[in-house]
Amino acid sequence: MQHGRYRFIVGFLVAPLALYAVFVIWPFIQSIYYSFTDWTGLSPDFKMVGFDNYTRMFKDDIFWKSLQHSVLLVLLLPLVTLGLALFFAFMLNVGGRRRKNATVSGVRGSGFYKIAYFFPQVLSIVIVALLFQFAFNPRGGMINSTLEGIGLDSFQPEWLGDPNLALICVMTVLVWSTVGFFVVLFSAGMASIPKDFYEAALLDGANRFTTFFKITLPLLWDTVQSGWVYMGILALGVEAFTAVQVMTVGPGGPDYSTTVLPLYVYQTAFRDGQAGYATTIGVGLLIVTMLFAAVVMRLGRRERLEF
Amino acid sequence: MKTTDTPPAPPAAGPAPAAKRPAPAVEEKSSEGKVLNVFSHGVLIIWAILVVMPLLWAVMSSFKTDDSILSTPWELPDKLHFENWSRAWNQAHMSDYFFNTIVVVGGSLVGTLLLGSMAAYVLARFDFPGNRFLYFLFIGGMSFPIILALVPLFFVMNNMSLLNTQHGLILVYIAYSLPFTVFFLTSFFRTLPTSVAEAAMLDGASHTRTFFQVMLPMAKPGLISVGIFNFLGQWNQYMLPTVLNTDPNQRVLSQGLVELANSQGYKGDWSGLFAGLVMAMLPVLGAYIVFQRQVVAGLTAGAVK
Repeated sequence: MQHGRYRFIVGFLVAPLALYAVFVIWPFIQSIYYSFTDWTGLSPDFKMVGFDNYTRMFKDDIFWKSLQHSVLLVLLLPLVTLGLALFFAFMLNVGGRRRKNATVSGVRGSGFYKIAYFFPQVLSIVIVALLFQFAFNPRGGMINSTLEGIGLDSFQPEWLGDPNLALICVMTVLVWSTVGFFVVLFSAGMASIPKDFYEAALLDGANRFTTFFKITLPLLWDTVQSGWVYMGILALGVEAFTAVQVMTVGPGGPDYSTTVLPLYVYQTAFRDGQAGYATTIGVGLLIVTMLFAAVVMRLGRRERLEF
Repeated sequence: MKTTDTPPAPPAAGPAPAAKRPAPAVEEKSSEGKVLNVFSHGVLIIWAILVVMPLLWAVMSSFKTDDSILSTPWELPDKLHFENWSRAWNQAHMSDYFFNTIVVVGGSLVGTLLLGSMAAYVLARFDFPGNRFLYFLFIGGMSFPIILALVPLFFVMNNMSLLNTQHGLILVYIAYSLPFTVFFLTSFFRTLPTSVAEAAMLDGASHTRTFFQVMLPMAKPGLISVGIFNFLGQWNQYMLPTVLNTDPNQRVLSQGLVELANSQGYKGDWSGLFAGLVMAMLPVLGAYIVFQRQVVAGLTAGAVK
């Protein structure tokens, strides 16, 4: 029996573990090793160069630009996205006209709003990025022709072609595609808050803004915090990479105005043939990611409220 | 479509506006409620328009001629130009991209669910040395930047002759889907009652048989949630195939669309492009509308845990 049990455990774990080790863990460990080599990725020969890649990274302007953009995304994206989502979710759940026997109520048709808002979340980020690349097109794109339609002919920015605007455009698109997910998530959280909390607060004369900050937000804090982590990983990872790579010219924008760390890793490795240096930048990205998670965990730590 | 947390709207001609209610404390608040109601609806409708408009614009543009897309972006098409769609499907290889994606996602989805539930079951239900370590090893993969592993992964795949092959891509998709799948299903298996499995064991079923005939059927709701999550993730995958799958004949949908945008953009075939985009949107749009509740449950399941 005991023998059969261990055979079963090993038998069930061996295939998933092998796949995971070969394709995820092993490359991950290797990348740290490669970051100390001058490997091009093209030839099998390389040698250890110590910290050369790291000193090079610290002098690399494009690295600093990418880092700056990534940090900006990590700070602004969660703030805007979660802020908007909280606002909409509160509207949906508490913003409605008061009805009989209900102290707080959602607006009518909140089900419809949630379905519509969530939709961009299921679309591939590639599709979203391509769609907005056309929408931002200065000639015949949806946005500039709308501006023209409402009489703002003189205000016709180049959007993705303008180094000052390109990154903002990318961020807008990421916000657009993610807000709905958090509206639904926060709505579910808000619906589980007992209604008598609101009743008590309203009887005490609190208005809705007070109830939001004193009741809803504190009780929702855990969800907000995991949303913050999720947005941060998105801003430092695949989504930001894809949006920038697909949407902006170059890619990386005019004069590297939109390049982000993951994109710079990708370009260094697969366009410039500097696999060793690319993994060094990757390690930089890893450090930024870990710092971000640590900061959020630390700032987000609050007394847990039970209800 | 119903949501569970919204009470059904009262009849529109309801005779009891809040202001007529007796309780004074509440009456005072009700005017605020009305203003807020108009305000909420206004804001909510604006965002709904912002979400829906670009999608409608894309659908509309896919039926227009190139000239009218650029010169009159907001006008309805003069007639439905279905030739855009057939051009994208046949000449721009959208049919091939669809087929490749279905093969890769189909294979990796089955593999992910099978291997993920096997590992999760063992980790959730059996005590053995190293259990916690393996669990954290698996779920640790959720948080590190994939791009870092991608450079060496390229050469691992190269050495194993798996680059530009569909089975190679399937294996990688499975491997990178395991962290979340194991995380989700482990907590799911822990919630399932032990008594049924124990009864099966007493009747002489082996561990393997108990798993496949008793536990897996019981875990169906969890498998569906995590299956939808993985389906959307793998269907929409872009970075992994971009790096590991550079053979033009093996392209998946997301790669194909970017390629289409790059090449057709020069030719000026905007209508074909929009047709391709809308074509790629339709399957997920359809799946979302039909399985709306499961999709939302599947996608939000990880974040609330």
